[in-house]
Amino acid sequence: MSIDVAIRHVAISDHRRFELDVAFATDKRRLVIYGPSGAGKTLTLRAVAGLLRPDHGRIVVNGRTLFDSDQGVDIAAQDRRCGYLFQDYALFPHLTVVQNIRFGRKAGLRNPSRGGMDDTSARWIKALELEAVLRSYPSQLSGGQQQRTALARALAAGPDILLLDEPFSAVDPALRGRLRQELNELQSAFDLPMIVITHDPADADALGDEVLEIRDGRIHLADPGG
Amino acid sequence: MDAYALDILQPLLLSLKVALWATAINLVLGVSVAYGLSRWRSGWRDLVDSLLTLPLVLPPTVLGYYLLVLLGRRGTVGAWLDHWGLSPVFTWQGAVIASTLVAFPMIQKAAQAAFENVDAEYEAAARVLGLKGPAIFFRVLLPLASRGITAGALLAFARALGEFGATLMIAGNMPGRTQTLSTAIFAAVQAGDDAGATTLVVVASITCVVVLLIAGRLAPGRRRS
Repeated sequence: MSIDVAIRHVAISDHRRFELDVAFATDKRRLVIYGPSGAGKTLTLRAVAGLLRPDHGRIVVNGRTLFDSDQGVDIAAQDRRCGYLFQDYALFPHLTVVQNIRFGRKAGLRNPSRGGMDDTSARWIKALELEAVLRSYPSQLSGGQQQRTALARALAAGPDILLLDEPFSAVDPALRGRLRQELNELQSAFDLPMIVITHDPADADALGDEVLEIRDGRIHLADPGG
Repeated sequence: MDAYALDILQPLLLSLKVALWATAINLVLGVSVAYGLSRWRSGWRDLVDSLLTLPLVLPPTVLGYYLLVLLGRRGTVGAWLDHWGLSPVFTWQGAVIASTLVAFPMIQKAAQAAFENVDAEYEAAARVLGLKGPAIFFRVLLPLASRGITAGALLAFARALGEFGATLMIAGNMPGRTQTLSTAIFAAVQAGDDAGATTLVVVASITCVVVLLIAGRLAPGRRRS
């Protein structure tokens, strides 16, 4: 994998002006961007996914230019093939686990049926051991199950890269160690490139081949890491 | 059926028919406008929002008068409609137009609040999973806003069922043709028919209680969680 990002963006919300100016490039498969909250981590990740349009810059993933303000390239979020794990998972509350997982695999105006299945989804359901809760609603799941459902949903859509926003902040601290290990096993088993953003140094240690530190909207130091 | 029962049944059925049509039209119209406004980022939004709220605060007779001016035979739209033989004045369709206008803010307000309450992360999640605008609307936003929309639709139905002022202005009060429950009660009292008025009032009250009971069944409140 290769990631090449150089973006500038000014975000104004609630009378607060925030300037993001980050540039980094790596060919490592597990990149961690580490920093305190409000440092611009989520903005950066959203820009890669296409959920935020930077004012200037360029985003290239695996040689594919997703965004380039000079050349007028801005691929829609729908077509970027980025799997995104939201901080609070954003599982659709009106759909069951299996409907959530198959959500991105079905085109059209209707949601997947509760009883349906397809090969790709079945593969991820098995890999993430979600068979027992397929008919449950997200609110009925434990934190760990919610996270695995959200991962399965992102992976079933067939992404080129996985983007994880504070993947363990919404789970019980006692569970985090085990979930980090699960994520690492999954990552190596399926050889998935990923970018993790986190404020937890333990995540950086456990998940990063390369760790970048971000503060006040700028990348500060590149740590060769684990 | 004897004439007396018909005097009650006809206005009751017409009221229900008019209220159902008004609610159905508003479900499409009110929800579409609510969705549009919930997306619209412009300084004009507040003004448009206020204008759309007017039916809630203006006296219904004022609305009825506007409708007459607009849709009457000499009105701009009315003259054109009349050319095609479609004048809505003094027809039950006219009553539907009046009820639709009066009940519009009920659904639009409720739906707009419901759309704005849907967490933006769900839409972001749907986008990164490859869904385009219309699919996101029907698969994510509409289901998540459905409780608010249902509540608005029930209010709109109740409001349309009781509509009096605007209906009287544009549809009139013609027994068997445009006379609804509310206008029939008014006519009975005017004619000194106390027994008839009492019966109609009781029927109207029972109808409303039944509507509320059905509402309690359909509506928000009990949902898997």
